[in-house]
Amino acid sequence: MDLDAILLARLQFAFTIAFHIIFPSFTIGLASFLAVLEGLWLSTRREVFRNLYLFWVKIFALSFGMGVVSGVVMSYELGANWSEFSKVASPVIGPLLAFEVLTAFFLEASFLGVMLFGWKKVGPRLHFAATVLVAIGTLISAFWILSANSWMQHPTGYQVLADGTLRATDWLEVIFSPTFPSRFFHMALAAFLTTSLVVGAASAWQLLRDRTQPESGMALRMAIGMFAIVAPLQLFAGHLSGEMVRVHQPLKLAAIEAYWTTRPDQPQSLVGLPDRQAGKTHYEVEIPGIGNLIQGVPKDTMLQGLDSFPREDWPVVGLVYWSFRIMVGLGLAMIGLGVWGVILILTKRLESSPWFLRSAVLMGPSGFVAVIAGWIVAEVGRQPWTIYGVLRTADSVSPVGPGQVSASLLAFMVIYAVVFSAGAVYILRLIAKGPAPDQEPAPEGEGRAPGSPLAAAPAEPKEV
Amino acid sequence: MNLDLPLIWAGLIAVAVLLYVLLDGFDLGVGILFPFARTPAERDTMMDSIAPVWDGNETWLVLGGGGLFAAFPLAYGIITPAFYLPIILMLLALILRGVAFEFRLHGRKRGKAFWTFAFSAGSLLATISQGFVLGGFIQGVTVADGRFAGQPFDWLTPYTLLVAAGLVAGYALLGGGWLMWKTQDQLHGDARRWTSVAAAATGLLLFAVSVATLYAHPQVAERWGYAEGAFGPRFLPLLPIPLLGAAGLAVVAWGLWKKSHGWPFLGAALVFLSGYAGLAVSFFPSIVPYDIDFRQAANADNALGLMLVGIVILLPAILGYTVWVYWVFRGKVSADAGYH
Repeated sequence: MDLDAILLARLQFAFTIAFHIIFPSFTIGLASFLAVLEGLWLSTRREVFRNLYLFWVKIFALSFGMGVVSGVVMSYELGANWSEFSKVASPVIGPLLAFEVLTAFFLEASFLGVMLFGWKKVGPRLHFAATVLVAIGTLISAFWILSANSWMQHPTGYQVLADGTLRATDWLEVIFSPTFPSRFFHMALAAFLTTSLVVGAASAWQLLRDRTQPESGMALRMAIGMFAIVAPLQLFAGHLSGEMVRVHQPLKLAAIEAYWTTRPDQPQSLVGLPDRQAGKTHYEVEIPGIGNLIQGVPKDTMLQGLDSFPREDWPVVGLVYWSFRIMVGLGLAMIGLGVWGVILILTKRLESSPWFLRSAVLMGPSGFVAVIAGWIVAEVGRQPWTIYGVLRTADSVSPVGPGQVSASLLAFMVIYAVVFSAGAVYILRLIAKGPAPDQEPAPEGEGRAPGSPLAAAPAEPKEV
Repeated sequence: MNLDLPLIWAGLIAVAVLLYVLLDGFDLGVGILFPFARTPAERDTMMDSIAPVWDGNETWLVLGGGGLFAAFPLAYGIITPAFYLPIILMLLALILRGVAFEFRLHGRKRGKAFWTFAFSAGSLLATISQGFVLGGFIQGVTVADGRFAGQPFDWLTPYTLLVAAGLVAGYALLGGGWLMWKTQDQLHGDARRWTSVAAAATGLLLFAVSVATLYAHPQVAERWGYAEGAFGPRFLPLLPIPLLGAAGLAVVAWGLWKKSHGWPFLGAALVFLSGYAGLAVSFFPSIVPYDIDFRQAANADNALGLMLVGIVILLPAILGYTVWVYWVFRGKVSADAGYH
């Protein structure tokens, strides 16, 4: 297969999966948020929770739909563009992906229907159960896909047979490969963080216009509570994940930190322009003597640099280096926003702090950016392998010519641009309108005006 | 215990694909019939009738793809590159129609019109793409050394065009039957008319495809004992399959005539069952016609075994809650079904 076809196939996969991951990283957290809102509503019967539920469920429906259809693509693209990878990897990770469909996708898809359209058809508790099941489904899905991906990062529990095919020897080692627990933890937290930042931004936006809006005040407090706890936790999860990278993928660590030479007492590079050709970082700002400390190892421990590895195995150092810095930088900003928000809540100045509200709006998309940056670190950092140390990307690609791949890549770009822009417009429109319930009073009898957001909601939660 | 794991999995994948065809078939069919609705309100009702279930229906397609990857990786690794373009086309079409469910409700005037168009065009295009894949599959896939070795447009021939037309008619029949079952008044009457047209077209095209297959594809003709004449020893045991198809069409016709609401959908499902069984008989044990059989393509036994344990537990649960969801949304669709 010539290089162009490989590059195009990689671009296509990167594009479609980066597009896809935006939605799960939002809907995983949003599903749980909705489950909490509905649970709070059922237990306290405060209108504010129901209004928030009925507001965010619309945004959930829009995002989930885009996540589903962009996810269907992945299940076929794997074979269409990476047929050789599919054949090699399937004996080991095939069951993991099959279990994802069986344990998660059906659960989410089926109960989503009840969640969105079943308000009047089932009782409130059953409806709450449907919401909870959708939320659980999203997390199960993340479990399996992270499991498969972690195995590709650091494969364990398999053997290579004489004919070059792989066999699983220990399924638990395959599913719970060493990097999996910390990476799953890291991704799940990232999803909660992303959602809480979006919820925070949307609520702050409303409060900037009307600081007495009760739903937005409540949602902003819930969001701050979430990211104030999760953002520092994420720093810890990221550190655990980084430790796994140091132990199992030293080459990736060398690229992340731009360690060019193998040595003890590595310096910590802060910013700079890594140059793979020259094997050095230009315009570098570094702090000598603390690299090992940050990696959590003694000063005299030898940390491998890129020079320990053949040059053809190096990933694109600059991309990995900078994606990592963007992710960490945004993470630190999130921690700061959380601390600031908690102080304002404790001093009861939240609604009257326009600069905080503006910052919260500004940070709304930061979760998405951090997630994508993190994925670039993980995936580009694994190159030039698809299965680290086992199968090279160049040997993974399908026998499909560059003409077909470029045509389909172009088509994906056009369609995704249309779908994404429309979806973004509709979601932003909803956010701009806000969670305040419609002003006109609901007519008696059936309960709500048909066509209004509350049309399908029972007037009061009834016991079942 | 000595289970024939590849055979079991071939059966499971076949069932998954059949369920996909029947379930997404009717909701794609509703999309195909979308342009024929008289009023925007009718279109809303058509969409409401499938909105709670389409996502679950499409998951069977993911199970078909994911299951093929996991159970028959060699087949997955040959079929997906062989049908690269129609598969990508199908995926793009499914994206457009899938997001249309939500987007249509949020679009204003022009936006709504666009997503209405995207829903019907996407449904039609996805069906045509599936028809190309099916037709190309029947034609056979060129394989060398365990890899696809044919040309990018092997799937585009007069024969595959005929198959695609047949599938469009068939899905429209399923969709029409579904709408007759789920709607009332004027829309129900329209659905009855659409169903009768689609049933006639499906019967005609199914017959044409069958004859064309026997003429054009000698391997299939031999399986059906074509050379031996109509009542040869090979054809006779297979006779129930075409009879089932004829019976299905008869049930549709009878249901239309008796003004039944439910029977036409059931009849349409029988027609698909017959077509599907006919294909299965034509190809077994090939999984990539005509070079790779399902045993060659099967995954390692320990992988198939692990998945079997999973599916034995999970499939009954999935079928159970799927049936429950359909039960929750039983009866005629009402005008205020949406949550918006």
